[in-house]
Amino acid sequence: MANSEYTKPLPRQLEPELTDPFWEGTKRGELLIPHCSFCAEFFWYPREACPHCLQPGWEWVPVSGRARLHTYTVVHQPAHPAFADDVPYAFAVIQLDEGIRMMSNVVECDIPNGLEINMPLEVVFDTVTDDWTLVKFKPLVS
Amino acid sequence: MGIRGKAAIVGLYEIPTKKEYPDRTTYGLMAEVARGAIIDAGLRKEDIDGLIGPESLNSIQLAEALGMQPRFTASMTVHGASGAASIARAAEAISAGIVDYVMCIFGESRPRSSSRLTAQAQAGTQLPPASRTTEWEVPYGPVIAMNGWYGLMKQRHMFEYGTTQEQFAKVVVDQRFNAAKNVNSVWYDQPVTVDDVLNSRYTNEPLHLLESVMPCSGAHAVIVTSAERARALPNPPVYILGVGGPATHHDIIYTDDDITTTPVVDSAPTALQMAQVNARDIQMAQFYDCYTILAMACLEDAGIVQKGEIGPFYESTDTTYKGAFPVNTDGGQIGAGQTGGTGGGFRHVVEAARQIMGRAGERQVKEADLCLVNG
Repeated sequence: MANSEYTKPLPRQLEPELTDPFWEGTKRGELLIPHCSFCAEFFWYPREACPHCLQPGWEWVPVSGRARLHTYTVVHQPAHPAFADDVPYAFAVIQLDEGIRMMSNVVECDIPNGLEINMPLEVVFDTVTDDWTLVKFKPLVS
Repeated sequence: MGIRGKAAIVGLYEIPTKKEYPDRTTYGLMAEVARGAIIDAGLRKEDIDGLIGPESLNSIQLAEALGMQPRFTASMTVHGASGAASIARAAEAISAGIVDYVMCIFGESRPRSSSRLTAQAQAGTQLPPASRTTEWEVPYGPVIAMNGWYGLMKQRHMFEYGTTQEQFAKVVVDQRFNAAKNVNSVWYDQPVTVDDVLNSRYTNEPLHLLESVMPCSGAHAVIVTSAERARALPNPPVYILGVGGPATHHDIIYTDDDITTTPVVDSAPTALQMAQVNARDIQMAQFYDCYTILAMACLEDAGIVQKGEIGPFYESTDTTYKGAFPVNTDGGQIGAGQTGGTGGGFRHVVEAARQIMGRAGERQVKEADLCLVNG
């Protein structure tokens, strides 16, 4: 649900032409990850050339959104006041089933008691403003 | 191959690490330790023909401020590892015959409480400078300094190896014991107990406040020269036997390994092989300790103990300067303070040299010939 009162930091793009497709994808409910057309490896974070083979030719490829919780920290002292009402919250390393790791939050989960390393997760798309939809993860209910 | 024994530390100087030096500038602190180190080495300023400093200062401006005209300068840009890496670069330049005497110098007078930086901190907004990775991290809740990243590493280590909070706390207790005997330490005469650590608040659970460094002001300098020149100078030479330092990743989440594995798995074997010594021959360690978990993971990766065994090791071993395996005998950064301008990591070099020269006073380790330093 879009919220015009959203005061937390939004993604700050240093190279919008490089990362716009990712954020356009999240608005459509798609998680897109860079995938090298030459060496067929996924990589994260997006950059001009594939870090495995240094070829510039790669594509944004939709992934399953299934993941595991590699590790997490429960934040008690946020570095931005807009997160004050959220503590304690989970700042987490998410390992996608496709192999790459990214930072996110674990939501829809009891913090900290519901968190367990290696627990299965699935992506959720959190539309925080009209322009921005963030990628978060929740426990996978099998 | 390598630089085994070709260069040595021959002089050192530091000023007390404090929360702040209210009326002193960074250049003022640097000038004081530069002069101190030159005198300690038995040299004159004109002898110094190499200068290596922190990334926070341009090395040519630093040379100019100190009235030096070195033929070789560098600003180290490997963050906390800069201090230790400066010794490697100095030893390499000396071994190649490019320079005779290199000063390595790190420090900072941090902004006072009225400064913009601290006002920002009080307002609770400490966003990191925008980089190519912050776009993917900050929207999910920025964390203060490095607390968050090392909270992630500690959590995974506890999961993988069953390391306990009490074992982490013992690291702090031992180092604060050492710091309590170090007049240059910000926590001089203030030891803590395991309960003190466990009762300190979480910054990033499972990481406690007392497991974290305090940013401080201060400065440290050493002089490095060739083995041949070192023998003519007053201090016992501290020979550089081996160095290593790979670039594997900048942020710990982008490692290809498990997040508890550090680049020390490469740097330690490289340095030990060059030195022609085994990890088990090491008599003490001065290891980078921005947080308990990092020093512990690095000691494992250096082969001091098996991976995953550092918790039980701390539980059963006195690691103070009096103990069976001394670690961070000046208190380390957790005990003595994290000097700005990457001086925090450089204190490990200074203390190693001081111990090997036999000048650590009450904190002197009895068998202190072979020390492993990690920045």
